[in-house]
Amino acid sequence: MNFETVIGLEVHVELKTNSKIFSPAPAHFGAEPNSNTNVIDWGYPGVLPVMNKQALEFGMKAALALNCEISKDTHFDRKNYFYPDNPKAYQISQFDQPIGHDGWIDIEVEGKTKRIRIERVHLEEDAGKNIHGDGGYSYVDLNRQGTPLIEIVSEADMRSPEEAYAYLEAIRSIILFTGVSDVKMEEGSMRCDANISLRPYGQEEFGTKAELKNLNSMSFVKKGLAFEEKRQAKVLLSGGEIQQETRRFDETTNKTLLMRVKEGSSDYRYFPEPDVPRFAIDDEWIERVRHSLPEMPASRRARYIKELGLPEYDAMVLTLTKEMSDFFEAALNEGADAKQVSNWLMGEVSAYLNSEKIELPDTKLTPANLAGMITLVADGTISSKIAKKVFKELIENGGDAKEVVESKGLVQLSDPSQLLPIINEVLDNNQQSVDDFKNGKDRAVGFLVGQIMKATKGQANPGVVNKLLQEELAKR
Amino acid sequence: MAISEEKAKHVAKLSKLSFSDEELKDFTAQLGKIIDMVELLEEVDTEGVPFTSNVAQSINVMREDVVTPGMDRDELMKNVPESENGYIKVPAIIDNGEAGA
Amino acid sequence: MEKLYDKSLTELHDLLVSKEITATDLTHATLNRIKETEKDVDSFITIREEKALELAKAIDLKGITESNPLAGIPIGIKDNIVTKDILTTAASKMLHNFNPIYDATVMDKVYQADMIPVGKLNMDEFAMGASTETSYFKKTKNAWDHTKVPGGSSGGSAAAVAAGQIPVSLGSDTGGSIRQPASFNGIVGMKPTYGRVSRFGLIAFSSSLDQIGPMTRNVQDNALALNAISGFDEKDGTSAGASVPDFTAGLTGDIKGMKVALPKEYLGEGVDAGVKEAVLKAAETFKALGATVEEVSLPHSKYGVAVYYIIASSEASSNLQRFDGIRYGYRSENVKNLEDVYVNSRSEGFGLEVKRRIMLGTFSLSAGHYDAHFKKAGQVRTLIKRDFDAVFEKYDIIIGPASPTVAFGLGENINDPITMYMNDLLTIPVNLAGLPGMSVPAGFSEGLPVGLQIIGKPFDESTMYKAAYAFEQATDFHTKKPVILGGND
Repeated sequence: MNFETVIGLEVHVELKTNSKIFSPAPAHFGAEPNSNTNVIDWGYPGVLPVMNKQALEFGMKAALALNCEISKDTHFDRKNYFYPDNPKAYQISQFDQPIGHDGWIDIEVEGKTKRIRIERVHLEEDAGKNIHGDGGYSYVDLNRQGTPLIEIVSEADMRSPEEAYAYLEAIRSIILFTGVSDVKMEEGSMRCDANISLRPYGQEEFGTKAELKNLNSMSFVKKGLAFEEKRQAKVLLSGGEIQQETRRFDETTNKTLLMRVKEGSSDYRYFPEPDVPRFAIDDEWIERVRHSLPEMPASRRARYIKELGLPEYDAMVLTLTKEMSDFFEAALNEGADAKQVSNWLMGEVSAYLNSEKIELPDTKLTPANLAGMITLVADGTISSKIAKKVFKELIENGGDAKEVVESKGLVQLSDPSQLLPIINEVLDNNQQSVDDFKNGKDRAVGFLVGQIMKATKGQANPGVVNKLLQEELAKR
Repeated sequence: MAISEEKAKHVAKLSKLSFSDEELKDFTAQLGKIIDMVELLEEVDTEGVPFTSNVAQSINVMREDVVTPGMDRDELMKNVPESENGYIKVPAIIDNGEAGA
Repeated sequence: MEKLYDKSLTELHDLLVSKEITATDLTHATLNRIKETEKDVDSFITIREEKALELAKAIDLKGITESNPLAGIPIGIKDNIVTKDILTTAASKMLHNFNPIYDATVMDKVYQADMIPVGKLNMDEFAMGASTETSYFKKTKNAWDHTKVPGGSSGGSAAAVAAGQIPVSLGSDTGGSIRQPASFNGIVGMKPTYGRVSRFGLIAFSSSLDQIGPMTRNVQDNALALNAISGFDEKDGTSAGASVPDFTAGLTGDIKGMKVALPKEYLGEGVDAGVKEAVLKAAETFKALGATVEEVSLPHSKYGVAVYYIIASSEASSNLQRFDGIRYGYRSENVKNLEDVYVNSRSEGFGLEVKRRIMLGTFSLSAGHYDAHFKKAGQVRTLIKRDFDAVFEKYDIIIGPASPTVAFGLGENINDPITMYMNDLLTIPVNLAGLPGMSVPAGFSEGLPVGLQIIGKPFDESTMYKAAYAFEQATDFHTKKPVILGGND
């Protein structure tokens, strides 16, 4: 019997506001435990939550980027449960009126585009952290308590671990472009829980699902789902039943292990949060937020391929981050050729960023000076070899490409009247090579060119040198 | 409506409260009486009547995203029964997950 | 020095401004008076002698001027209002050792007005009760008859003022907890419009019902105190942006033409004959003052108690979950694991009535019951509010009894929850609708005070004070004093 895999993903994203969602304490974690908290985060008696406007707008921004409908009437609800990292013993979340609903994103797997529906996007506060210690104790740090989160819940539309991976990549890319989060799974600003079940092909009903947790990177999500897919198939094929379980992904073995059996659903006793008045969001507000959204990666990629004629691969790399993509477009605006800019960004620039372990905005390279340099190569003022020198100067110290070239005397030597004497001098000093060439050893040309380049400190225009050299050799 | 002791036990579990058998019996009876009283509400016609969650007139109450630094940790820790190295200390949490029922 | 303890706030203010007495004198006198009378009333959980005198000294140095009507005045604070560096217990074992590191917003205002908090006042545990008998620490006595309850949950706040221990106190009211004790002790108690006074720092019982309010021996004092504590607070999202008028402005005694409504449901079965009589007499007094008094109906009144018990318990069950023995408060000693920390700390730390409410609330919110209980209650709440809206289209204020009975005996009702709940019958709908409600002395029955409840339109405390003042000045009830304050038996 063949089974169809059914996957749904719940993604939590930390919003990068300055302060927490319901308290004015810093939303960034301190180095020291409990150093970025206040009485509201601690759930002291008598404290009250007050909504952070930026968190609400970031939530709206994300929901719009994910093609959701915005709930014009929305409010918060209390989700009640006891846990040491949950100081009020309730989490302020959204139950029946999430800020965004009925959204979608398109993913690409093996050249095919597929639409994955998003059931809802809602805002909530994060809990603190429990650290397990020895001797039968746990330690609670409330720095993270109150950090604004959005929870993105997909419909069970994915049919393979690869689709799940593609979905996560797409979500990550889109959210990154909105600027509302750093979405780094390794840092915890993006977290993923997965639900997976199997059903015989053709069956409409979903099978019993297992919930997977502790998936700390996108590749672990894929691995965990792949393992679980096989495990469930095995169970079903041997005539067994899948239990509704929560399973933990084990990074050392790439297996999923039973955490606990789900005995019915938890009774969170949701009710509307009486301390936070409801929200009425009008069309004007929605449009304002929508307007503030930059163009999304998928749209940019399509444009680069169609209008600029760039290969798919280039388009993909250029839209990995908003900074890269914005930089690329700005450089085009300065008059540089799209393919050239793309090559430089994908090549020398990326290599530099990787080796220095920095981001593009941290360098002194600007769209203007990169474009300027590319134009100087295009018009022959400098060779591509010299460009590498100029590039290094620009990315480390900034400045104007033309000025750098002039001040460092890097203008390519292309004038025959200047080159011919040097060429002839080299020929005069290297009779053996001239003879070798005459005798059919073409390699000698390379040597002579090398000498000429040396004599001009690498500034001779290689094309012109080659041409003139051939002419002079013919004369000898 | 009488509520069963089973139900009362379940509610106690959700509330993280424990009772002696005697207390639970009393509670179950009292709760039953109170629930009778509140079931009076069934006779009210509430078709189409909106739910009032809070009589506060305001909507869209929000603050600007301005930070105030965290409070002094020693102050915050003043009332903590058990702490260590700046952490709040509790007996180990048994399961490896988070949100518990 | 003449006895200062039964003077009004304005009288004390005059003495302070003219420097006949200093704030230090007054504080000393207050502390002595408290010491003398505590054995009879037992209203304080914590008395803060040293700090109060320090504060008085500083205020004397600063100087008291005309422009600051409450400077140097001693005040008592109900123990569910968080006070920095002063033990705050909510009258519960759960918080028997809680030393707050922050102040409630009303405390900021109290200090800003240069008032002198002298201590924390007894109450029903976590404000759940109508007699102050569920307090973990002590049972406060009614100022008029020490065998009777002072009412609740702000029993300490009411008895302390009625007994002349302090001229003003702050209480809190969720279903009648200011008005009923004010009524039982023959003083003035005001529960403002929901949102008028900040809830930041008020230990939450029922978030959509709770309000802090002043308790005093006369109407003008009450208005002065409300002036000081009202106002928008950005730390409280439910706090109202409505401007705060000077509540003492309309106290002229003239209420000619005021339209007064008297709901027929408020004088029905269950209301004692003596209370009914006092209220009907009060209606006559209003008429004599030139107001009109007409009968109206608030048809959904009888559902108020049921609605209240579901909503208040549900919100409370959630609000009290934070008391878990982990970050503050009582932690049980017999713990073997985390579950024990939760269950034992809470079971040992909370009293019976609190546990009862938590159970009822959790039940009402639990799966399968939410729609029939919590949601339904929320809908009936809308109907109750609409009843009031309809009446207020034609009338300026609503009057009725503040309580169906006068103060009952200590120990009399405590084991019968339903009877206890009925005590709040007349006051509860006001909280459900978020309206302002106050109690003013309206006579006596069986030798004990009867209070008249006045209910106003949202944010219209001014009209209520106006009516209350006129009524007060046209009667002599506010001049009567309990024996402990020098009155005749």
